[in-house]
Amino acid sequence: MTSSLLSVRGLKVVVGGRHILHGVDLDVAPVGVTALLGRNGAGKTTTVRGILGLVPRTGSVIYDGLETNGLTTHRIVQRGIGYVPEDRGIFASLTVAENLRLAERDPDPAYDLVHELFPELRQRARQAAGTLSGGQQQMVAIGRTLLNRSNRLVIADEPTKGLAPRVVTEVAVALERAAQAVPILLVEQNLALVRRLADHCAVLADGRTAHAGPAAELLADADKSRTLLGVGRRADTAPAPVAPAAPATGGDH
Amino acid sequence: MNVPALLRPLRRWWPALALVVLVLLPYSALSLPGLLDGPIGSPGSLQLLALCLVFGALATGYDLLLGRTGLLSFGHALYFAAGTYATDLLLTQTGLGFWPSAALGLLAGVVLAALLGSVSLRMTGIGFAMVTLAFAQAGSILVERDPGGVTGGEEGLAATGLPGWLVGIQHTANLYWIALAYLVVTLAAVQWAVRSPIGRVWEGIRENERRVEVLGLRPYGFKLVAFVLAGTLAALGGVVYLLLTGGATPQATTSDFTLSLLVMVVLGGSGSRWGPLVGGVLYTWAQHRLASLAGSGTIAGLPSVLRVPLSQPLFLLGVLFVVIVYALPGGVAGLPARLRGRGAQA
Amino acid sequence: MSTVVLLSVTGLGLGALYFLVASGLSLIFGLMDVLNFAHGALLSIGAYATWWAASHSFGYPLALLFGTAVGTLASVALELGLIRPLYRRPREQVLATVGVGLAVPALLSAIWGADARTFPVPASLGGTFTLLGATVPVDRLVLIGAALVVLLALKAFLGRTRHGLVVRAGVEDRAMVTALGIDVRRAFTLVFAIGGAAAALAGGLAGLYFGSVDPTQGSSLLIFGFVVVVMGGLGSVSGAAVACVVVGLVQQFANYYSTAGLGDLSVVVLLAALLLVRPSGLTGRLA
Repeated sequence: MTSSLLSVRGLKVVVGGRHILHGVDLDVAPVGVTALLGRNGAGKTTTVRGILGLVPRTGSVIYDGLETNGLTTHRIVQRGIGYVPEDRGIFASLTVAENLRLAERDPDPAYDLVHELFPELRQRARQAAGTLSGGQQQMVAIGRTLLNRSNRLVIADEPTKGLAPRVVTEVAVALERAAQAVPILLVEQNLALVRRLADHCAVLADGRTAHAGPAAELLADADKSRTLLGVGRRADTAPAPVAPAAPATGGDH
Repeated sequence: MNVPALLRPLRRWWPALALVVLVLLPYSALSLPGLLDGPIGSPGSLQLLALCLVFGALATGYDLLLGRTGLLSFGHALYFAAGTYATDLLLTQTGLGFWPSAALGLLAGVVLAALLGSVSLRMTGIGFAMVTLAFAQAGSILVERDPGGVTGGEEGLAATGLPGWLVGIQHTANLYWIALAYLVVTLAAVQWAVRSPIGRVWEGIRENERRVEVLGLRPYGFKLVAFVLAGTLAALGGVVYLLLTGGATPQATTSDFTLSLLVMVVLGGSGSRWGPLVGGVLYTWAQHRLASLAGSGTIAGLPSVLRVPLSQPLFLLGVLFVVIVYALPGGVAGLPARLRGRGAQA
Repeated sequence: MSTVVLLSVTGLGLGALYFLVASGLSLIFGLMDVLNFAHGALLSIGAYATWWAASHSFGYPLALLFGTAVGTLASVALELGLIRPLYRRPREQVLATVGVGLAVPALLSAIWGADARTFPVPASLGGTFTLLGATVPVDRLVLIGAALVVLLALKAFLGRTRHGLVVRAGVEDRAMVTALGIDVRRAFTLVFAIGGAAAALAGGLAGLYFGSVDPTQGSSLLIFGFVVVVMGGLGSVSGAAVACVVVGLVQQFANYYSTAGLGDLSVVVLLAALLLVRPSGLTGRLA
C-alpha cells in the first residue's frame, strides 16, 4: 500500500522494561475510516501513542511521505493530525472556550462546523470543562480536532467509551461527518459503530498485527471476528446502541 | 586467561579482606603523599579516615530512602543531628554516663523519625521532599536560635563527661574503630533489609508505587519502615560523629548537610551496594583536601579567575555534582559497567 | 494596637518576599515537575546584582531593574543549558538544580566574601510613616506593592494570553498539550524566565528589607518559599498568594509574642497540621 496516508511498519514500544508492542504494521487509507481493533490489552492505545511519539518507540512511522521517527510529538501533530485520546485529554480547569482555543492551529478555525455539530459547546463556552458530563467532554475533544481544517488525519481512541447511547449517536454522526472531509484512524470496541463507519480495519493481538483488510469482510465472518476480537455472540448480536444514521454518507460499501 | 580464575575467590572474599585491612590500618606507618598528610596511623590521618567512613555509612543509610525506596528526603540531617544533639545534651545537662546518653540519644532519633515520617509520608514525590525539608529546617532553626540556652546556638556544644578512652589525640584509633564498626553495622543492616521481603516491596515502590497498591499492599507502612530505619542509622551516625568531633555543631542540622549526603549518594551511585559508601568517602576526602588546598600557597599564586572559584570547595563540589549528573548517571559505582559496555560496543 | 499594625505590615512584607519566591517555584514545579533548588541561587544573583548596581550609583529603581534582568537571564540560561538536556528525567533535573544551588552561593562568597555586605538603602525608602498610630518603615510597603503588582501581572498573563493558557494547560497535562501540536518546551523556558525574574526581584527587595546582602540569604528564603508552595498547593499561584500571607503573619506574630525563632518553628508546625488535615494543600490540588 504505497498510497497510504499513514504507514506503520514494525512498531515496537517498551514501557518500564516490558514489551507492549512487538511489531505493529498498520496502513491508514487517504480516505474514509480505518478501524484499529483488538481485545483489551492488545496494544491499540499504545500503537496510537507510539504513532504520535508520546511513548518512546522504534520502527517506522511514515506519515504523508515523511518518516516521523525521531520527531517530537508537537512536530508530528503540526503536520496535520487531530487526536482524541482515550481519556479525552480535556483540561478540567480550563473553560470549554479555552480548551478549544488551545487547539487552534489554523488562522481561520472552523468554529461554525464545531458549533453546528455540537451546539451545546457554544452555550457552555464559559463553563469549566471539568464540570461537563462525559459526553460533553467528548464533544470538546472531537471539536478540537475538527477546528483545524488543515488536519489531514484524525486519530480517535475509543471516542464512544463509557458514553450514554444517545451521546454515542451524536458522536457517531460527528465522526461520520468528519470522515467526509478527513481520513480517520478509529480505535473502537463498539462493533456496530465500526460496521457503520469503517472501510478498512486492522486487528491487533498481543502487540502484533493479526489481521488487516476490509472491515465489512471481517465483520461478516463470525468465526474470524470471534477469534480475533474475542467477541462472542452476545456482544455481536446485542442491539446496537447506534441509532439509524441520518441521511448522510454513502454507506460502507 | 588464568588471572580471572585466580581472581574469582577474591571477588567473593574481598569485602572481608578489605575489612581486615581497614581494622589493621591504625598500625600502619605507610605514607600516601598527596592522599593523606601524614602516615596512615597518625592521628590526623586516622581522624580523616574515620570521617570518611562515617559519611560513607551515612550516605549508605540515606540511599535506603533515595536509591532503594525511591523517596527523595531533604531532611535526613535532622535525624543525624537528633542523635548528636540529644546525646550531647544528655551528657552536658543530666550527667548521665556516655552509654545511657547514647542509647537515649539514639532513641530520640528513632522517635523523631517515626513521628515526622508518619506525617511527611502523607505526601508523595516532591511534596514529600519539601515537607521533610521544612521539618529539618525547623530543627535547624531550633538549634541555632537556642531557646533556653542549651544548644549553644551558632557556637555548637562541646561534649563533656566522655569516657577517657574516647577522648584525646592519643585515642584516635579507638574512634576510628568505632567509626568502622558503625560502617559495618550500617552496611549489614541495609543489606539485610534490602534482601528481606520488605526490601522487595521497597523495590516495587521505587519502580512503580501504583503496582504495589494494585497487589493489595499499602505502600505507606513500608515506606515508614524505610524512613525509620534510615533515621535510626542516621541518629547512630550522629552519636559516632559526636565522639569523633568532640561536640555538636549547628552545621550538621542544615539542609546543606542533607544535600551533601545527596551529592555523595549520586556521586557514588544510587541504589548500588557499595556506591553510596564510595561516594561518601570520596566526597569527604575531597572536601578536606580541597579545603586545605584552598588555604595553601599553591592556590594563592594563581590568577584570580582560577583562584577565586578554587578557594571554595563547595563551588567545586557543586560543579562536579552537576557534571556527574550529566556524564555519569550511575555514579562511580556504575563506571565499570559503563566501561565494559563501551568496550563491548567497540 | 500600634504593635499589631507594625507586626501585620512587617508580616505582610515578609509574606510578599515569600510570594515572589514561591510563585515562580510553584509554576515551575506545576508545569515541569522540577523542584528548583537553584531558585535561592537566582534570588542571590538578583540580590548581588542589585547591590552591585546600587553601589555603583545606579539609583535604586534602576539597580532593581538591572538585578531583575540579570536574574532572569541566569534563570533562562539555567533552563536552556542544564534543565532542557535532561528533559524526561525529572529526578536528574532536580539534582542538577541542587548542584547549582550549592555552587552559586559558594561562588558569590568566593568573589564578595562570606560576610554580609551593607545594602545602600536610598533615603526615600529608608524612612518611616505613621499608620493607625504605628511607625512603619516605608520599605515594607515597597515589598507589598511589588508582590501585588507581580500577582496581578501573573494573573493577567495566565488568564489572558495564549502563552498563559499553554502554561495553565501544561500544569494539568503536559503530554496532551504537545499532542495538540504545541511546543511545550517554550513554555518551560518562559516559566523559568518568569520565576527567575520574580526571584531576582525578591533578592533586590530583600537587600532593601534586611539592609544587607549575603550568600546564604537565598537558601533561607527558599525554604519558606517551599513551605508556601506546599501550603498553597503545588502549581497554584493563587494558593501561594494566600499561603504567603498566612506564613508571613504567623511568623511575625509568633516571633514577637514568644521567643525569637519560635515563629519560624510555628510555620512548620502549621504546615504539618495542614498536611494532616488536607494532604493536598489549601487549594486542594494534589501533588
